[in-house]
Amino acid sequence: MLRFALGRLLAAIPTLLFVVLLAFTLVRIAPGGPFDAERGLPPEVEANIAEAYHLDEPLPKQFFRYLGGVLRGDFGPSFRYRNYSVTEIIADSFPTSLLLGGLAMLLALVIGLGAGVLAALRPNTFTDRAVMAVAMTGISIPIFVVAPLLVLLFAVSLGWLPAGWTAQGGGRLVLPVLALALPQVAYLARISRASLLDVLGSDYVRTARAQGLTTAAILRVHALKPALIPVLSYLGPAVAAVLTGSVVVEQVFGIPGLGRHFVTGALNRDYTLVMGLVILYAALIILLNLLVDILYGVLDPRVRTQ
Amino acid sequence: MTESQNPRRLPLFALLAGVVVVVVVAVLLQRDGEAPDVAEQNTLHRGIGSDPDTLDAHKTNALQSFTVLNDLGEGLMADDRHGALIPGVAESHVVSEDGLRYTFKLREDARWSNGDPVTAGDFAYAYRRLADPATAALYVDSVTAIANAKAIIAGELEPDSLGVTAIDPLTLEISLEQPTPYFLALLVHPSMHPIHESSVKAHGDAFARPGNLVTNGAYRLTGLRPGAIVELERNDYYWDNANTAIDRVHYHVLPEPMSEYNRFRSGELHITDSVPTDIFEQVREDFPDELKVATSFTIYYYGYNVIRPPFKDSPELRQALSMAIDRDVLVEKITRRGEQPAYSWVPPGIEGYESAQLSFAGLSQQERTEQARRLYQAAGYGEDNPLEVELRYNTSDTHQRIALAIQAMWREALGFEATLINEEFRVLLANMQAREVTQVFRSSWKGAYVDAHSFLTAFESDSPSNLAGWVSEEYDDLMQRAATQTDPGMRSRYLEEAERLLLIEQPLIPLYFYVSKHLVSTEVAGWADNALDRHHSRYLSLPGVAGGG
Amino acid sequence: MNTERSRGRPLPPLVRSTLAVLLAVMLVALLGPGLSPNDGVDARFDRILSPPSLDGAHYFGTDDLGRDLFVRTLEGTRMTLLVALVASVVSLVIGVLYGATAGFIGGRIDAVMMRFVDSLYAMPFIFLVILLMVVFEQNFLLIFVAIGAVNWLDMARIVRGQTLSLKEREFVAAARLIGVPTGRIILRHIAPNLLGIVLVYLTLTIPQAILFESFLSFLGLGLQEPDASLGTLVAGGVSTLETAPWVLLIPSSILFILLLAFNFLGDGLRDATDVRARRSPSS
Repeated sequence: MLRFALGRLLAAIPTLLFVVLLAFTLVRIAPGGPFDAERGLPPEVEANIAEAYHLDEPLPKQFFRYLGGVLRGDFGPSFRYRNYSVTEIIADSFPTSLLLGGLAMLLALVIGLGAGVLAALRPNTFTDRAVMAVAMTGISIPIFVVAPLLVLLFAVSLGWLPAGWTAQGGGRLVLPVLALALPQVAYLARISRASLLDVLGSDYVRTARAQGLTTAAILRVHALKPALIPVLSYLGPAVAAVLTGSVVVEQVFGIPGLGRHFVTGALNRDYTLVMGLVILYAALIILLNLLVDILYGVLDPRVRTQ
Repeated sequence: MTESQNPRRLPLFALLAGVVVVVVVAVLLQRDGEAPDVAEQNTLHRGIGSDPDTLDAHKTNALQSFTVLNDLGEGLMADDRHGALIPGVAESHVVSEDGLRYTFKLREDARWSNGDPVTAGDFAYAYRRLADPATAALYVDSVTAIANAKAIIAGELEPDSLGVTAIDPLTLEISLEQPTPYFLALLVHPSMHPIHESSVKAHGDAFARPGNLVTNGAYRLTGLRPGAIVELERNDYYWDNANTAIDRVHYHVLPEPMSEYNRFRSGELHITDSVPTDIFEQVREDFPDELKVATSFTIYYYGYNVIRPPFKDSPELRQALSMAIDRDVLVEKITRRGEQPAYSWVPPGIEGYESAQLSFAGLSQQERTEQARRLYQAAGYGEDNPLEVELRYNTSDTHQRIALAIQAMWREALGFEATLINEEFRVLLANMQAREVTQVFRSSWKGAYVDAHSFLTAFESDSPSNLAGWVSEEYDDLMQRAATQTDPGMRSRYLEEAERLLLIEQPLIPLYFYVSKHLVSTEVAGWADNALDRHHSRYLSLPGVAGGG
Repeated sequence: MNTERSRGRPLPPLVRSTLAVLLAVMLVALLGPGLSPNDGVDARFDRILSPPSLDGAHYFGTDDLGRDLFVRTLEGTRMTLLVALVASVVSLVIGVLYGATAGFIGGRIDAVMMRFVDSLYAMPFIFLVILLMVVFEQNFLLIFVAIGAVNWLDMARIVRGQTLSLKEREFVAAARLIGVPTGRIILRHIAPNLLGIVLVYLTLTIPQAILFESFLSFLGLGLQEPDASLGTLVAGGVSTLETAPWVLLIPSSILFILLLAFNFLGDGLRDATDVRARRSPSS
């Protein structure tokens, strides 16, 4: 297992390099630069700035300069927040996103899986329909509609909860976590229901049933573990996405998380910040996928981790 | 599989799930952040839109940075709550007869936030640093008026040769390149505030970070979280500290007007940076006392690319398109916030300056439309041969609605269908500067100081902000004459003449003059509308709050 | 594949009703704009944000430029369906083939194939799409490509995961044992058994594509005006939620109906094709 994990991590290095190169190329061929403004700059000033930030060098040279920095653990200063290093900005906003995303994912896992299993055990009954209808409602409204509606209802009209982040007092996590969790609940419920139904219809489960095992026993012994495999496949990237923040939720609630940096970083041409975020995201994905693959083996011993 | 034979396994799952839910709910509902105590109450909460990029005044051109820096620092001159020029660190000044030499007498009690005295040397250092190419300053407009500045920026002279001399710690002499009647107004801008030399020496670029930044204004920086908040606290060493009412100022980063508005509505903000456009009428109804709308020193315009067809050498066509736009409809139906239709480039309200007007300003829209049709046809276009033109604007709801409205007005009046292209902001900037693909483009211009020059300079041939690519020797000549003129009346005549020329050639379509819009809680006293939309925290107070009156 | 069986069986009522709903929406979206006297582009400043009424045939009211929302919403529905279907089909075809092949063949080829997927996966999607939109100036076709190009990754992973567990099952092992060729095993045993999960995923993909298109619109990176989609309409309507709710509520209701219908359709189809019934022992 350890060798497998180490091997996978080593093998991830070319993946990371590929990602870094692709991101660097994309962000640099995008027109416009980090210092453009409606008030134009005299050419001498522009030249001074380009020199100071090494933007006048050929791109390959800039790439290797960047890569060299990354290898030393230096992700450079942000172009937008010029007194802050990319590492600092990420260190500052990532914990917030981790907290929000983590809570949302936990909530979603419990409710989503619970609802999915419940529905799968009673297919085509009222319970099934009701659970799925609620789940589908959750994924049928864009989050940028849900979030303002939540604010309007719970913060502005009812005044139960704060509308934004830096508010004093408690409860500021509730609405953002709800908004984040809602679609995840729905996806998880659907996937787990479908997957469990599949497994429940398989030969060995039917055999088990024929042998007179109760539903609970079948779930425990045969069905739950394999049914979790598609859920795991989904969870890998979903967890990475939720933990790195949601630009919509952060915008609506004014949360200083990581998510909006993905968008504003790209729009501001904050080259270094964008690259840092891409590397962070890629590393997270690689780690989570590794975890998923290890769990595959745990859930179904016949899936070998070679 | 043997372990899974445990029959109590399923309830265990349920138990586990229950525990997780309880924990999550507990975390969600915990009271994070203790209740605000009395000492915390004298705190002003302001929205600031997107956040400052850096608080190094020389390395930013972001309005948000300047807003914060205006609270943190103070130049030789300052502005009062109405935007009028008042003495700042300099208690008095003398101008030489030829208008080229300014001598400032600094006040003795001016102090940095660490207690050091503010000296003439701090100003001289700051101005040299601003001009020094090694600084790679972004906002050099202010310093270029000083002798030798342009050559220093271009790397032709050493920074030491800048026309500033600290004669003694309290006397600063500045020599100018040309008489610059608005020079004193330039000194208010944060880029012309002094800089604490020893902290730059000690911390390098990091001198502008909380903990390192030493400033000389009413407040000092105590905290900054990128993307979240900028925290200021009263500077006890400030010379006028006795008149600062509010102890703490928190600038909240809220780029979305709607979320900012929600924060205001739930009582978490005293002052907003903006007001959501789409629900403006509703806001006006709900918050009649809180809503502050004032004409701002900023124009919204469409530029033509005049170095490429179809707008090259065709002022008639440019005029036709401009005339076909019903500016009244634009401000009354589309923007709806009390904007003023623009028929000139320089906004009204500058003392001693009479703005020129577009030739058709006096006509009714119907007459304009008829004339526009004639001009359009004279330029060789018509029903069978409609103009093909692309209108570029940066991604934003407001810009989109205005573009759609103008597209409809052109369709209605002249019968052509403009192609709308919405581009991401920096793509549009790059395209406008390149002047290759642009035809008609949206832009805006904000005056940095209340003088016609701050607008007219944008269309000088060598101006980097001349996005139209318009070149007129006559215009440049008039601007140059105005620059060397010491008589204010004569100077204004030259500037007026320059604007008249601009409005005849029309490399741009003036659309409307912006209004600044804020929501200001009734708890806040001391707010005053002004054209530059500057509202320094030191002029505000919270009378209802303990210690805030 | 035991197709006769599913063909012979009547569709369950849920599938029939959702199909009917979808067909009705499509029909209205196709024909509706032609029946209205308005054209959806014509801005009229004397009727800005007027509520739904029969007067002037503005059944859905007008938007903040006085354009008829009935026509715009229906045209937007058409556009949304087009974007979603194309993107989903693209992702389905690439994803299933890629995932099943990698999962079944396994070994080094699987490792290499999945490495490629991992690399693309490791790019933050938002970042990728924003930059694509910025670089290629929001080309309409790119919306399809971008959405499809990323969703196939999802599909490939899911399919591979499922294949991995399927190929270890007794019936596949048995087929292998008696020397059934690989391609035949994939086609006869793996693919049919993937159908359930793939169908569910496809029906997740269509709404995802629709949602993603609306997310792009929220960021201002969606379709160029005057073209509209349900996404651009909903994103544009959020800000007038309190003053002119119909601008948001009507398009989002249609969006909601569409998404619900696609989701229920997926579930219904899944039960109709009934994976259980088709798992025949290897011949």
